[in-house]
Amino acid sequence: MYYVVTTAILVTMALALVRALLGPTVYDRVLAVNMFGTKTVLLVAIVAFLSGRPDFLDLALAYALINFVGVLAVLEFFRKKRHFERRP
Amino acid sequence: MVTAFGIALLTLLVVTAVAVVVTPNLFVAVMLMSIFSLLMAATFFILDAADVALTEAAIGAGMSTILFLGALALIAEREARGSGRRRWLPLAVIALTAFTIIYATFDKPRLGDPSAPVHQHVAPWYLEQTPVLMEMSNVVTAVLASFRAYDTLGEVLVILTAGLGVMLILANGRPDLSRQGRAAAATGLRHHLIPRVVGQLLIPFIVLFGLYLQFHGEFGPGGGFQAGAIIAVGIVLHALLEGEAAGRAILPTPLLVGMMAGGALLYCAVGIVGMLLGGNFLDYAVLSADPVAGQQLGIHLVEAGVGITVTSSLVAAFHAFADREPAA
Amino acid sequence: MIVDALSFTMLALGGFFVFMGGLGALRLPDLYTRMHAASLTDSLGTLLTLGGIMLQAGWSLATIKLLTILFFLMMTGPTASYALANAALLSDDKDAPGAPPATGN
Repeated sequence: MYYVVTTAILVTMALALVRALLGPTVYDRVLAVNMFGTKTVLLVAIVAFLSGRPDFLDLALAYALINFVGVLAVLEFFRKKRHFERRP
Repeated sequence: MVTAFGIALLTLLVVTAVAVVVTPNLFVAVMLMSIFSLLMAATFFILDAADVALTEAAIGAGMSTILFLGALALIAEREARGSGRRRWLPLAVIALTAFTIIYATFDKPRLGDPSAPVHQHVAPWYLEQTPVLMEMSNVVTAVLASFRAYDTLGEVLVILTAGLGVMLILANGRPDLSRQGRAAAATGLRHHLIPRVVGQLLIPFIVLFGLYLQFHGEFGPGGGFQAGAIIAVGIVLHALLEGEAAGRAILPTPLLVGMMAGGALLYCAVGIVGMLLGGNFLDYAVLSADPVAGQQLGIHLVEAGVGITVTSSLVAAFHAFADREPAA
Repeated sequence: MIVDALSFTMLALGGFFVFMGGLGALRLPDLYTRMHAASLTDSLGTLLTLGGIMLQAGWSLATIKLLTILFFLMMTGPTASYALANAALLSDDKDAPGAPPATGN
């Protein structure tokens, strides 16, 4: 069952990558990157169990935190860009 | 089956790399680089290299993306069109180098082959000596911080130089913003209430997790580099949410420079104390009456130095970009 | 035995929802529908998958770590989706304070 779930997660990562490549607007791409990050967390958690090493769950925790900060950094980028374009 | 997962990840890696090079829009390239880092980290993880995977994720998908976005806010979005002239000589040089490297890999032993020289001579020595000499479970940290400590000293000095270089080139120590620019930088994401509240709640956990990785590096994946990157992400999160002025107030520039130099100084000091106590440079066994305890003390101090320098260098680089206005 | 069957079911459902999320993000026609698919299936898929693994792990340190990961993902996932949707919605009205930069296209 682990292998089936890992395959599902890998396929979803590929689909998210396609959305990041295609996405007509900026927000599509950010959405795809955010989804990719959470799927990576799940992938690491499952493979850590597959190979019988639960100490590696620290990685999944780190990615979960970093993914969120990445999305907030993108929002801050939009805000700054908007402000710099708006000023005379 | 795990090999199949590795191959799938590597395929996605190639697709992402090609897309990064081909796209003319720099923001798309930054987003795809973030995906590239995550894929790279997952590949490292499947190859059982957990420390490297953690470092790649923390620095590649975390700090690198934030720094790229900080720089991208200051420049144009699209790449300028190239000159259009085909360059045959660089192309030929690259093709020749690539072919030579790929041909050289035909002679390598297969991954995980037990009769490879590295598994006959190098690895067994480290695996046997680490429990005897320093009673530590994470051999990677033992090799990094004790057996090959000179190497890691060079890495710390490289990070220090990079941080100082960014500060000297980009920032004067004072933000050079007009009043309007300062007003823009000062708000941060303050108007978005929900992300702000959730982000502020997360910051202590991020810093705590970074400290956990710093001190747990002897037993599991972790160590100074990963911890430094994650604590830097926590500090940068505060600066993103509350604005640049508040971010600067946490770690003012003198303190940042002091931390950068202090970490490297701590590392060198441990080495010199070893010499003063009668051993060689960076010989930890003489630091305490019991050689094993001396090794562990040395590794703790050295990793602390690494963590301090990495944190402050990354935060200094972030502040150098976040403070500026684009050229008029 | 029951724990095994339960964890099996949770993992299967989790994988199914995760795949549905990916399919939705690719095939749905509009930005907001895609956000809907991605954020909902993120939360549910994470909950089911990590829950399935936790049942396999039993009472150990690994379960505590998995609970921590679940807690953080549950907190940050919806927040990130909200922030993104907010930015996208405000950018649709060009004169609003959250109007878009001319980026990304």
